[in-house]
Amino acid sequence: MTASPRTRLFAAVLLAGLVWLVAYPLVLVLLEGVREPGGWTLEYVRLFFARPTEWRALWGSVWISVASVALAAIVGIPLAFLFARYDLPGGRVLGGLVALPAVLPPLVGVLAFLFLYGETGFVSLLVQRLLGRADPPWRLQGAGAILLVHAYSMYVYFYLFVRAALQSLDGSLYEAAASLGGGRWRTLRRVVLPQLYPALGGAALLTFMTALASFSAPYIFGGGFRVMPTQIVATRLNGDDRLAMVETISLTLVALTALWLFRGAKAVDGGAGGRKGAGPARIPVRSRPMRVLLGVLGWGLAGVLLLPHLTLLLVSFVPAGTWTIEPIPPAYTLGNYVALVQDPVRARPLVNSLWLATLATAAAVAVALAASVLTARRRVRGGRVIEALLALPWAVPGTVFAIALATTFSVHAPWAGRVILVGTLWILPLAYLVRNLPITSRALQAGVRALDPALDEAAATLGAGRARTLRRVTLPLLRPALLAGASLAFVTAFGDFVTSIMLYTYDTRPISLEILSSLRQSDVGVAAAYGVVLMLVSAAVFAVGSDRGGAG
Amino acid sequence: MSAFLRLEALVKRFDAAAAVDRVSLALERGEIMALLGPSGSGKTTTLRLLAGFEAPDEGRVLVEGEDVTAVTPVSRRFGMVFQHYALFPHLDVRANVAFGLESLGVHGVELDRRVERALGLVDLAGFGARRIAQLSGGQQQRVALARALAPEPRVLLLDEPLSNLDPTLRERTRREIRDVIHRVGITTVLVTHEQDEAFDLGDRVAVMRAGRIEQVGTPDELYGSPANAFVGGFVGRSSATEVVVLGPTERGGRIALDNVEWEIDAIPGRAFPPPGRALMLVRPEALRLTLPEPGAVPATITARRFVGPSAIFTARTDNGAVLDVVAPPRAVPAGARVGLMPSRRVGGGIHLFPPEGG
Repeated sequence: MTASPRTRLFAAVLLAGLVWLVAYPLVLVLLEGVREPGGWTLEYVRLFFARPTEWRALWGSVWISVASVALAAIVGIPLAFLFARYDLPGGRVLGGLVALPAVLPPLVGVLAFLFLYGETGFVSLLVQRLLGRADPPWRLQGAGAILLVHAYSMYVYFYLFVRAALQSLDGSLYEAAASLGGGRWRTLRRVVLPQLYPALGGAALLTFMTALASFSAPYIFGGGFRVMPTQIVATRLNGDDRLAMVETISLTLVALTALWLFRGAKAVDGGAGGRKGAGPARIPVRSRPMRVLLGVLGWGLAGVLLLPHLTLLLVSFVPAGTWTIEPIPPAYTLGNYVALVQDPVRARPLVNSLWLATLATAAAVAVALAASVLTARRRVRGGRVIEALLALPWAVPGTVFAIALATTFSVHAPWAGRVILVGTLWILPLAYLVRNLPITSRALQAGVRALDPALDEAAATLGAGRARTLRRVTLPLLRPALLAGASLAFVTAFGDFVTSIMLYTYDTRPISLEILSSLRQSDVGVAAAYGVVLMLVSAAVFAVGSDRGGAG
Repeated sequence: MSAFLRLEALVKRFDAAAAVDRVSLALERGEIMALLGPSGSGKTTTLRLLAGFEAPDEGRVLVEGEDVTAVTPVSRRFGMVFQHYALFPHLDVRANVAFGLESLGVHGVELDRRVERALGLVDLAGFGARRIAQLSGGQQQRVALARALAPEPRVLLLDEPLSNLDPTLRERTRREIRDVIHRVGITTVLVTHEQDEAFDLGDRVAVMRAGRIEQVGTPDELYGSPANAFVGGFVGRSSATEVVVLGPTERGGRIALDNVEWEIDAIPGRAFPPPGRALMLVRPEALRLTLPEPGAVPATITARRFVGPSAIFTARTDNGAVLDVVAPPRAVPAGARVGLMPSRRVGGGIHLFPPEGG
């Protein structure tokens, strides 16, 4: 269908809005880094290159990200093979449990690790007692601690991508390889692995980008060890705004380089479509000792993976100030939860996060839906640019976008498209919206592309106008995509820490910042209770979002 | 001027190339017109112009004298059955069929009555509560037909209505579609690349090539009297070779193939071509096999294909022309030397056209 003038106008407005919110702030940051009130300057670039701390932070970011990819792959790939290829006792349940770290928002995961492996963590104290030592066996600090958290939360990418790829492999491939005399290793190396490359590349890219942008773990556990996102925040706090811009640019360049290196990798929604037909049959594990061994290992692993969740739950019942040096908290109360509901000061962050995330999600879904229908269906000019702008925030770490938006919307200059939003209610929903555009629009683009265009035409010949077609045909059929996109967006916004810490005001403080401040006041019970709420809401929303039953 | 549906010199260009090039057609009320052509011939684009999904660059579409060219598909009131049916998968059979009626504001008892009637028409009464995914391909086809017919459109459009069905189902479904359309008496345009389908369903068939209509006529007319070599070759089985026209006779004229003279019958209503080179298009039943004898073109049998009670023999003349001939299956073995003669019994079936490229 050719685009009508009204459609073209609509596309132009959308394009302008995206340029303003996505591209313009990044360009401003780029410019601000080399500009002073007096004119152009390379002073801050020179400063960046002259200071070894900057180099160390940038290098730290790069090697931490590479190491995170390696660790996540080492954990995730074997698990994927185990659950996709072998019929284990309780394999289905375990296979689902293994993906559990995904429902922990980054800051909550960090919090749980603190309670588990921190100086006074359960596991640390247990080991300390067992060894009969007077001091903790380790310090959860520096690169090691960051990598531990990254490995725990990011192996899920490798696990899910590789498992999906293995399950979508044509089962007859194995049989064909066997009939041609290929042994198990040769089949793996020559047949299976080459087909996994796109999935491996996709998981590696996703892990690298997530690790590069990771803020919570380095912020809490980093100590003296800085990565670029924490360095940027520290520089901002020192008031060196322009140096922070240059740092921001350096981080963006690393991210873009990674994207370029992995340009052949699979799209992030990994294996959502999948191939029809019979997947490979799972190999039953027959030998009894082997079954027992695998069962113990599997459930043991599930226990380790579940420990953070359980720990959070346990700590959330600890009354303030009662737990100091005991290995297990001595007293329990529901008070922390009651306070969340009854104490207006305590309830505020919860309410804030809810409405901020809801608003940002609704806006992201609306923009993504409009953009997907426009670009996939109506073939408007500039469709490619719209798609690129929607995807751009994914390529740029959250810290960078937070800085970019803070820069753009802290000046009153309406003729330049800049108004003061920083310090108002609106900057956080706006920031969440921009950050959510890639995931939401990816889900909706896939949904819209899967719709048969003839359905619209059929509705038209049956006398249904645009509004009725949208309401009765398009939206009901897009329901799974809408739910998936909205739930991803909501969970991300609801648990956001990295953007919030730079843009929040006291009135809009979200849960993540309240967790941070409770932690600083050693109010671990309250922090954990907030964490549990974040975790449960995330899990519930995920469950709703992945419900593909019903229509379609 | 009494035509119910009229297409007037429709032109549609995509990137300067004309996908539909001055297509004109006139249909009587209740007539079924089949657009037949190879892929890329513009038949589907013509159908989309009719439905209003595409706007023509030139020309008009008229229904009962009313110009509907600028009317949107939503208000054009043309029913359409899509190639892949385009049934709404999230709605049940009843809701699919009711969809167009609801657009017209039909509701309540009247809606139920008309949905049931439409389902009854395609023999699916009582299927209203089924989900689309629970239906077989043939049933989905019929739901699509019922859905298109329920709002009582002015014109019915069918896009390759049988291409999605198993070959075994096609013939039966074809009959069912034909019965329903005749019972409703609706003016219909259907697009197909299968001539069986076009001949069986269409009162008339428009043969299309490269965006143009080559010939419009009844199946008999197209087969017995093709307007040009393309129609002759596309419709029915035939073989083509170059001959020399010698001159007219009482019954028709004389031609020479491989220097052997044949006297052939004229095609009623067509002038015998002037002497000189010509392209001969010959139906397999218009030739017969003889012994190699004077008056027959000497040839060798190269292949034999069974088609029911008779077989089609492929004969290669000594000068290299390849011609298909119908004969009883055991007439001659492969490799045999034979003669080829026009069959007196059938008459016609040998068509002469200007030589290719000249």
